[in-house]
Amino acid sequence: MPTLFGKVWDRHVVTAREDDVLLYIDRHLVHEVTSPQAFAGLSAAGRSVRRPGAMLAVPDHNVPTTPDRSVRIDDRGSREQIQALRENALGAGIALFDIDDPRQGIVHIVGPESGLVQPGITVVCGDSHTGTLGAFGAIAFGIGTSEVEHVLATQALWQKKPRQMRVTVNGELNSFVTPKDVILAVIAKIGASGGTGYAIEFAGETIRRMSMEGRMTICNMTIEAGARFGLIAPDEVTFAYVKGRPLAPGPEHEARAVAYWKGLSSDLDAKWDLEVALAADSLEPHVTWGTSPQDALPVGGAVPDPEDQEDPGERARMRRALEYMALSPGTRLTDIPVDKVFIGSCTNSRIEDLRAAAAVAKGRNVASGVTALVVPGSGLVKRQAEEEGLDRVFLDAGFQWRLPGCSMCLGMNPDKLKPGERCASTSNRNFEGRQGPGGRTHLMSPPMAAAAAITGRIADVREMAR
Amino acid sequence: MREKFLSLSTVGVPLDRRNVDTDAIIPARYLKTVKRTGLGEGLFFAWRYDVDGKERPDFPLNRPSYRGGKVLVAGENFGCGSSREHAVWALMDFGFRAVIAPSFSDIFHNNCLKNGMLPVTLPAAAVRSLIDALLAAPGGKVEVDLVGQTVTGPNGDIHAFGVASFAKTCLLEGLDEIALTLACAGEIDRYERQRREVTPWLFRDLAG
Repeated sequence: MPTLFGKVWDRHVVTAREDDVLLYIDRHLVHEVTSPQAFAGLSAAGRSVRRPGAMLAVPDHNVPTTPDRSVRIDDRGSREQIQALRENALGAGIALFDIDDPRQGIVHIVGPESGLVQPGITVVCGDSHTGTLGAFGAIAFGIGTSEVEHVLATQALWQKKPRQMRVTVNGELNSFVTPKDVILAVIAKIGASGGTGYAIEFAGETIRRMSMEGRMTICNMTIEAGARFGLIAPDEVTFAYVKGRPLAPGPEHEARAVAYWKGLSSDLDAKWDLEVALAADSLEPHVTWGTSPQDALPVGGAVPDPEDQEDPGERARMRRALEYMALSPGTRLTDIPVDKVFIGSCTNSRIEDLRAAAAVAKGRNVASGVTALVVPGSGLVKRQAEEEGLDRVFLDAGFQWRLPGCSMCLGMNPDKLKPGERCASTSNRNFEGRQGPGGRTHLMSPPMAAAAAITGRIADVREMAR
Repeated sequence: MREKFLSLSTVGVPLDRRNVDTDAIIPARYLKTVKRTGLGEGLFFAWRYDVDGKERPDFPLNRPSYRGGKVLVAGENFGCGSSREHAVWALMDFGFRAVIAPSFSDIFHNNCLKNGMLPVTLPAAAVRSLIDALLAAPGGKVEVDLVGQTVTGPNGDIHAFGVASFAKTCLLEGLDEIALTLACAGEIDRYERQRREVTPWLFRDLAG
């Protein structure tokens, strides 16, 4: 009767104490922003990295996405962090996909591409979007820098087992309705803290029909509902994705690995602390209007009125959000103009995302006055997109085609919003200032963001297709 | 190595907002450091300062009567979003040693404990009454007693809170958790040997 999470958890318990267990960590991903203090702490205490062969390091958060980045990075802090990562990885014998490596990219894109993320593993990274990797049926979670240091030193972490939630999505998604819309709808339903203290397993036929790319988009944003863990039971889609990748189990272990992976699913009589259901059939493309990912509405909707809220705390939050976003209640979402468009991030920069955006952009032009960026999630995604001619589609339509990195998701590299600018973004957070101080973010799917670039305002991509 | 936490009696600083995310606590541009210190400068930057860099006089951290307070009292889901431990380092660098809220994000909560900062979860009504009291009479004292696990508000109201027993010991004694775990190295070795037999494909060297 255990859940998938419970099965993977139980197989990783090294020892237990009163409140928590020591959980073995199979794999550890490292990036430049949350790791320097961990390596410094390790060194100050005279300790070494216990299992460097279980780790992969890649710079992503503050790398510029312009071609000159391998010769110069103007920002001193960024340069120092990237250099620190390089020295720490090389010093400890940790694999590194450096800035000029064709495999470099966003850590959560690169991990799965390399084949190191597999069903049934535990994997951590000093980054809250590590839940992305739970799409493989893994326990994947974000940690702070002290915990990064702990994993470097011990290959294990003390953890308390989270409560178990299942989100079941059934029905067929309509055209232009994507995994991004599913997860935005889930967050809107359970709220930005609805998943706090939980691991969320996503189940149901809609999820089963999704590609690994789509499943990763779903698990990526579970943290926006407060849950550190999102996961999906592995199946043939998962096995096919992993097979043949450089760090996947080789031919000598493959049959045994797949047999092991096939045992990883929640039992039919598994006990759930909370169950949530969502109907996919009636789902529409979603857009956020506020400053929390829970502020998502179908694109046909209008900005809500805080005064309709009974709860005074929520009313105050909504008022603040509207003031920050410079929006008035009742404004139709499709009447909101945008200055910038960002297609990228660990949520939506995989090949399928780029294909979906390119299909909308093809033969059209970015609206005048709008700056639109397409930032592939990794060098490998970029190469594949170029082989498929997607770069030409974007460039011909007036989009910029950039080098891989976190880019405009988080305002810590040159790609950021100016104060007051409004952005249609495929990223994961619409917090105040997230994309740059004073910037205003509307979260949406890649085809919806492409439609916004072309119309110059938030648009219903389905109408454009008609 | 974390700092010891014992008890506090200090000015309470009300932050009457819910879903305070870690981007608000410390914007990403302040994360470009390889140190744990000096982050207080960027704490709540966009809320403390206007676009011209001038202090916003109405923000609680800028009001003279709240200056020097070491306990922040805030709305639900405090610390949501990014895993950046810099959020805790910034709060501590500024002088805070405890945050009281109806709920915390899981990662932020963990990050607090790793640094000797106390996250206190109290019922929403209790937090509401503390915030109201601190807003009504700025400069009011809040007492946090970790040993007795109580918070005493400015009006003398006492609220009990829970804390995991091991976390409590670590906070009180300022223990180095890595050293404690390294004492389990034998068990980790044993686990690794078993795991290597069951899932040998997970033991290839990723750098190899």
